[in-house]
Amino acid sequence: MALLTTVSLRKYFGDVRAVDDVSLSIHEGEYVSIIGPNGAGKTTLINLISGILKPDGGKVYFMDKDITGLSPAKISKLGVARSFQLINIFPELSALDCVCAAIVSRSNKGMIMHKPLANDEEVLREAGEILSLFGLYEKRHVLAKNLPHGDKKLLDIASAFALRPKIILLDEPTSGVSSGEKKRIMDTLMSASREIGIKAVVSVEHDMDIVFSYSSRIIAMHNGKVLADGVPDEIKSNQVVISTITGRGA
Amino acid sequence: MTEVRHLMVFAPLIALAILPFTGSTYITYLTLISLTYVPVVLGFNLLLGYTGLLSFGHGLFLALGMYVAAFMTFKYGILNMELILLTSIVISAIVALGVGFVCVKYTRIFFAMLTLAFGMIFYTFLLKFYYITGGDEGLPVLRPTLLGISFADMPIMDFLLKVYYYYVLIVVALTTYVMYRIVSSHFGLCLKVIRDNPLKAEHLGINVKRYRLYAFVISGVFTAIGGALLAPAVGHVDPGSSYWTTSGDIVFMTLLGGFTNFFGPIIGAFAFIFLKDIIMSAIIYWQLVFGIVLLVIVIAVPGGLVEGITRMANFIISRQLITKSGTSVSGKYAD
Repeated sequence: MALLTTVSLRKYFGDVRAVDDVSLSIHEGEYVSIIGPNGAGKTTLINLISGILKPDGGKVYFMDKDITGLSPAKISKLGVARSFQLINIFPELSALDCVCAAIVSRSNKGMIMHKPLANDEEVLREAGEILSLFGLYEKRHVLAKNLPHGDKKLLDIASAFALRPKIILLDEPTSGVSSGEKKRIMDTLMSASREIGIKAVVSVEHDMDIVFSYSSRIIAMHNGKVLADGVPDEIKSNQVVISTITGRGA
Repeated sequence: MTEVRHLMVFAPLIALAILPFTGSTYITYLTLISLTYVPVVLGFNLLLGYTGLLSFGHGLFLALGMYVAAFMTFKYGILNMELILLTSIVISAIVALGVGFVCVKYTRIFFAMLTLAFGMIFYTFLLKFYYITGGDEGLPVLRPTLLGISFADMPIMDFLLKVYYYYVLIVVALTTYVMYRIVSSHFGLCLKVIRDNPLKAEHLGINVKRYRLYAFVISGVFTAIGGALLAPAVGHVDPGSSYWTTSGDIVFMTLLGGFTNFFGPIIGAFAFIFLKDIIMSAIIYWQLVFGIVLLVIVIAVPGGLVEGITRMANFIISRQLITKSGTSVSGKYAD
């Protein structure tokens, strides 16, 4: 059974066909990279799956349940988490609070008003474990806005991981960080995925070294459509994909 | 550190408790009025400081609490203060649920304008439905019984400053404690993440609109409690309590004290009531002075009096302990 399936998914912005008849399935154990030039529709696809955008047509199924058009909060509760291309954190909260918020939400503790969060050992311990996985434990009391760029990126991802989702959608997890930092982030991300038990990862990525090093499957998009879908070796030898991505002729 | 915190909480409480014995009638009465505004600003700041929503219509809930007290005592002869508070809580929760249901769908200026509109609708209702509300003349508020005990024979100032003062102090201490528990709880954290980044909060599975609505209802209830406490202290209610300038006063109190700190609005309420009285007795253009104060706060100390005091204390400490270095980090918003 596929974890996530899209069927003829479409999203148009005026005359622009951002996502055009995209059908794909993501299975357990896969690390799927979505590649393509700017404007290919990668982020729009992630936004449609995660509920930010409502599709103009088509369906999204998560574990055979139709999640098309559901709110991001509902989709998240079902087990689909995401991180963002631009850093999306809670700037005025500590790193610990950022992760606690995800755990509180996941464990349906958001309506507890009588008990101080500082006394909830269960939530604090789990938040500490998640921060340790991402190498942020020592900085747990630092305000998110004061963290270095790479750590902000990790914190954004860590809070999504703290939801313990079945599938996680990562929109350019290494964008805006140095080459040295990229490997650290990706290695951290891969080990955290195993540790937390995430069943599949879908990542939008521009860095081809990262794509070919970590992916088990690659989906290439162009002009809102799926151009190619296969294992890294197939994609590497696909001249149409190479020319589209690099802009050089086959 | 804990000792310092306890001292910061209990020292003002003790000072307030002995005030009727040590302070003048004038000071004690102004303190009583300031105390009744504590639940008001705490409720207001749950929205502004913790949820990121600026309401310009909280006069509505203040007036609601005051009119409940007036109706129950004057129109229906129900003098039981506990029943008045309970009725204020129930009615304000129902009204806040309805008003909030419409308002929380919007944020920023749209939210502010909608709350302002609701406040003004209520003001017009109070003004025009003369036979129910007493119109611009308002309604008197009769002296309530406290814990079932009647103080009808006591001189009014003795009742207000020796009995009612302590009743208000206890209710205010309780509401402050309850609000502190709320903002320190799991629910409080959910509000703070919504304030900081609603999009991300939504993706963490937090239903942003629903939480905003809960915050709005709690905020309205706290404000109405303040109104119900205020009414017997002033002995009269009129539509002005729902007018936009009253809502503006609540905003001013919170900004004056500082919305980034839990205790900031409380300090702001006291500072506002005392400053207003002092300035009004000195010059007729008190609004001009308050305008200048607001300008200075927004430009120089956006964190209000609390930030100003903290800065000054840090400056003094750093001068005295020049060899010690600190790494404290402070947030822009309420923590």
